[in-house]
Amino acid sequence: MQIIQPHYHAIARTAQDYERMAMSGVVAVAEPAFWAGFDRLYPETFLDYFRQISEFEPTRAAQYGIRHFSWVAVNPKEAENQALTREVLAHFPEFFAKPTVLGVGETGLHKSTKNECESLEAHVEIAMKHGQLVLIHTPHLADKAHGTRRVLEVLAGMNIDRERVWIDHVEEQTIKPCLDAGYWVGFTLYPITKCSPKRAVDMLEKYGTGRILVNSSADWGPSDPFTLQECTLEFRRRGHTLQEAIEVFHNNPCRFLGQNPKFDIKPIRVEMAEEEPACG
Amino acid sequence: MLSPEQVVDASFLEARHMLLEIAALLDRYDAAVARGAEAGSPVATAKLAALRQALGVLREPAPPQDRTVALLELFAQA
Repeated sequence: MQIIQPHYHAIARTAQDYERMAMSGVVAVAEPAFWAGFDRLYPETFLDYFRQISEFEPTRAAQYGIRHFSWVAVNPKEAENQALTREVLAHFPEFFAKPTVLGVGETGLHKSTKNECESLEAHVEIAMKHGQLVLIHTPHLADKAHGTRRVLEVLAGMNIDRERVWIDHVEEQTIKPCLDAGYWVGFTLYPITKCSPKRAVDMLEKYGTGRILVNSSADWGPSDPFTLQECTLEFRRRGHTLQEAIEVFHNNPCRFLGQNPKFDIKPIRVEMAEEEPACG
Repeated sequence: MLSPEQVVDASFLEARHMLLEIAALLDRYDAAVARGAEAGSPVATAKLAALRQALGVLREPAPPQDRTVALLELFAQA
């Protein structure tokens, strides 16, 4: 089965991931800009990072037949530094011109401070001004519900096309308001700290499959890109058809990411082949 | 040996994860029943009852025996 991994931090992973993902049906990954594990001090550090994910990573993925796309952002954890954020934001248009950059992300909130909210607004503004997609990170664990509410409040005050915005890391307590408001949502599968494959399938069964993306993030912390395949297995094991699985794990990423024409992988449909009778 | 604080710190997220999985299982069961599916065979009903009983054991602040032993004995009868 062909799968698209819409949220994957390739620079934190080894080539073995790519090899195994390719062997298990992954045809494309999309890499949002991420926190490096420490707060960066210089705009140039971000710019080199953006070059790495928009120029170098596609070549590494291509060795395994995987398409690689990326996003640019100042991570919410670093958004307290407003001067730094402004300087980095000024360079975004250079990266929007790159052939595999899909938009702005992952922006969003971490502690939901005033500076973080202003940074989120600035990120969404520049994305909309340049016709880019937006990927929004919502906080983890105890801050999840409050942070997601704040994200929705910030977005509600803006003139945006909601179908071009993906609110990520939703869970059972945050999915409904995000879907009701017209945004795309993402489930992020982690071994322990976020959503699990079984819970993700529960939500797919409860809310339907429209405007939902499933990803396993996979970064330098405890994470596993193959939780995505675990989720496809759980989905199929519960009796959902192959085409229904393709809709969730391949076609939905095509539908959201394909709003940027640079993402040119199209939805697919399986059909039975009519075999010609053998001659003689 | 770990201090009481270390015990909690080292395993809180893992325990949270496991409890969420149990909560999701019970929600999944209720959803299946609400969809009109059969409530379950006697064996399945007994397993579900054992799970609920186990959750009760875990709520005890000072059980008469180790919780792990109590649960293993309980599940042996399910």
